[in-house]
Amino acid sequence: MILDIIISGLINGSVYALLAIGFSLIYGAARIVNLAHTAFYMVASYCIYYATHKMGVHPVLAMLLAIILVTLIGLVCYQLFINPIREHEAAVLIATIAIAMAMQEVMLLIFTGDFLSVPALVKGYLKIFGVKIAYQQLLTIGAALLILAGVWAVLMKTRLGLAIRSTAQDREVANLMGMNESRVAMITMGISVGLAAFAGAVVVPLTIVNPHMWMHPLIIMLAVVVLGGLGSLKGSFAGAYILGFTESLVVFLLPMGAFLKGSVALSVMILVLLIRPEGLFGIAFEEER
Amino acid sequence: MKIPKFVLSILLVACLVMAIGLPAYAAKVIKIGVIGPMKFVQGKGHWNGATMAAEEINAKGGLWVGKKKMKIELVKADSNEFLSMTDATNAMELLLTRHKVDFIVGGFRTEAVLAMQDMAMDYKKIFIGVGAASDEICTRVAKDYDTYKYWFRGSPFNSSYLGKTSFVHLGTVAAILKMSLHIPKIKVAVVAEKAMWTEGMIKACQVYLPKMGMEVVGVWRPSAVATDVTAELAAIQRSGAHIVFTIFSSSVGITFARQAGELKIPAAMVGINVEAQKDSFYEATQRMGDYVMTLNTYARGVEYNELTPRFVNTYIKRFGETPTYTADTYTAIIYSLAPVIEEAGTLNADKIVAIMENREYAVPGGKHKYMKDAQGRHLHDLTWGPGYLTSLGVQWQDGKLVGVWPNRWKAAKGAPEITYKGIVPYKIAPWVIEKYKK
Repeated sequence: MILDIIISGLINGSVYALLAIGFSLIYGAARIVNLAHTAFYMVASYCIYYATHKMGVHPVLAMLLAIILVTLIGLVCYQLFINPIREHEAAVLIATIAIAMAMQEVMLLIFTGDFLSVPALVKGYLKIFGVKIAYQQLLTIGAALLILAGVWAVLMKTRLGLAIRSTAQDREVANLMGMNESRVAMITMGISVGLAAFAGAVVVPLTIVNPHMWMHPLIIMLAVVVLGGLGSLKGSFAGAYILGFTESLVVFLLPMGAFLKGSVALSVMILVLLIRPEGLFGIAFEEER
Repeated sequence: MKIPKFVLSILLVACLVMAIGLPAYAAKVIKIGVIGPMKFVQGKGHWNGATMAAEEINAKGGLWVGKKKMKIELVKADSNEFLSMTDATNAMELLLTRHKVDFIVGGFRTEAVLAMQDMAMDYKKIFIGVGAASDEICTRVAKDYDTYKYWFRGSPFNSSYLGKTSFVHLGTVAAILKMSLHIPKIKVAVVAEKAMWTEGMIKACQVYLPKMGMEVVGVWRPSAVATDVTAELAAIQRSGAHIVFTIFSSSVGITFARQAGELKIPAAMVGINVEAQKDSFYEATQRMGDYVMTLNTYARGVEYNELTPRFVNTYIKRFGETPTYTADTYTAIIYSLAPVIEEAGTLNADKIVAIMENREYAVPGGKHKYMKDAQGRHLHDLTWGPGYLTSLGVQWQDGKLVGVWPNRWKAAKGAPEITYKGIVPYKIAPWVIEKYKK
């Protein structure tokens, strides 16, 4: 049973990590709490469904197209609705939730509330010590690790990463040093939405596509980033796996209460916050607050 | 002459009231409100069934109401009840006050239907429920007949009978597994979504399955909208269950079937899986839904009586899919309401109720007869059993939904065997055979 818990925790954690990293990135760099993050993931899922089922596009190509299209939609949303009110955090919160609701309604109008699905990139399963794991789930774990490595490389090894980190540390000083802070925020938003779309692309074969599929991941993702420390990529990653393992533990140790897995995970988050209010990995930008 | 603003306002309001009110007053139509979650497959079924019924009646010139022939006019109301109870009650309010409908059909979620039922009863409008299964909706009629007599159950039969039928299916599959795979004692994993309607069935499983000679190895309760149940599946596999008894009405039914199929979990799936009743299920599970068995109302090629093929085939021709039980709005209008309106010769609800509650009539899903409770009080609930409504056990076999139950079913010792036309044998999944075949 321990092995079951470990493997299923890894799978859950990887899905949450994929979503949380993008969310954390835009918060860390631009202090934008983008509550529409998982709605972009939902739109990407629909794009992939439409491309594969209605246009007959190969799933991999469909995923690439979806990531590009959703990133563009994200940038347009940023320019039109978020950038003008960026300085007002509460307004941004409301604007992004409104964007999410609008996207949900548009999808509901186009695709109705039917439950849809897309094919797995890799079919079949692997047996490890008697535990069956679908290849698609392994792919998700791999993608989560790859994405984290990629994001880390961009942040640490490129000029763009340097700009993002500088902006994250102190926006005004970064501006004074000649960095176009607004542009950096926009690029970060693009990367963040692209990551949400990528998460959608990798996760969608494991899930059910419907207009409300963004809500539950949003709650868990918020729990993950708060638990890990707002804006901390490392924290998001750790938080995702902690909550993933917690959920697995609940299912295995309390089968009658399997539906409580989300609530228990959120309780763990509250417990951690009571002991360490800044989250597991603190906040890198505390001095600016 | 200058008209004072106040007078002008009154005139405008009067015009508006007349514009809204006059057509309803003057029109010689029977207005039927069709209420349901219209953006979802359940609501589409409601609307499609009602549309078919209205078209059929109107093609014949309408219904005789006394000496007048009146056509049917449908009013669509999106209850959005999966997401908002307020939307559901608002939709019902619109039907009753603005559209002033004569009858209402539809409703799906018990929680929403209970609220909508109260509203319809306040306006003394006949409301035929097509979707919600909770017993409570009908016990209200017995408890307070004068208030709730305008309510009738249209489909499906109540949740107690749904449970009973599912246990019959479970017993049937258990017997097949025992005989084919020589399993001495069948172990059952109960997997029920977290919802009010499943509570009673879970308790019944724990009480009755041991009495049926089966062992309950565990009860799992995923969320109704869970998108990943691999942890539950791993635990079920570890438990050594031969059968997974499913109680699902929401999207978790797709997730569960898909992931179980993908991982080839060696257990037969039987029970209620509302998503598996739909033609779209096979594609929604990415073709992993084979061998899933569920209770259902209709299946292509299966006939309860001579009315079934006419309804099912016309529906498929018209809408391109097999009807689900919410499409029984067709039955509600064509077989429950229309003959009674003509017999009563009026749209008066009290007169119609008096006739409706005492009728016994064939419908595409079997035969309707409204029950009374133990004290002889009207329930306006549907009779279950051979000769009345039994529903079907359907299974996905090679991408097709086929009827597998009742197949030589005896409702009681000494009772005649029942097999509906078009029923085929149940199939065990190859990976289950592989695991247990000695």
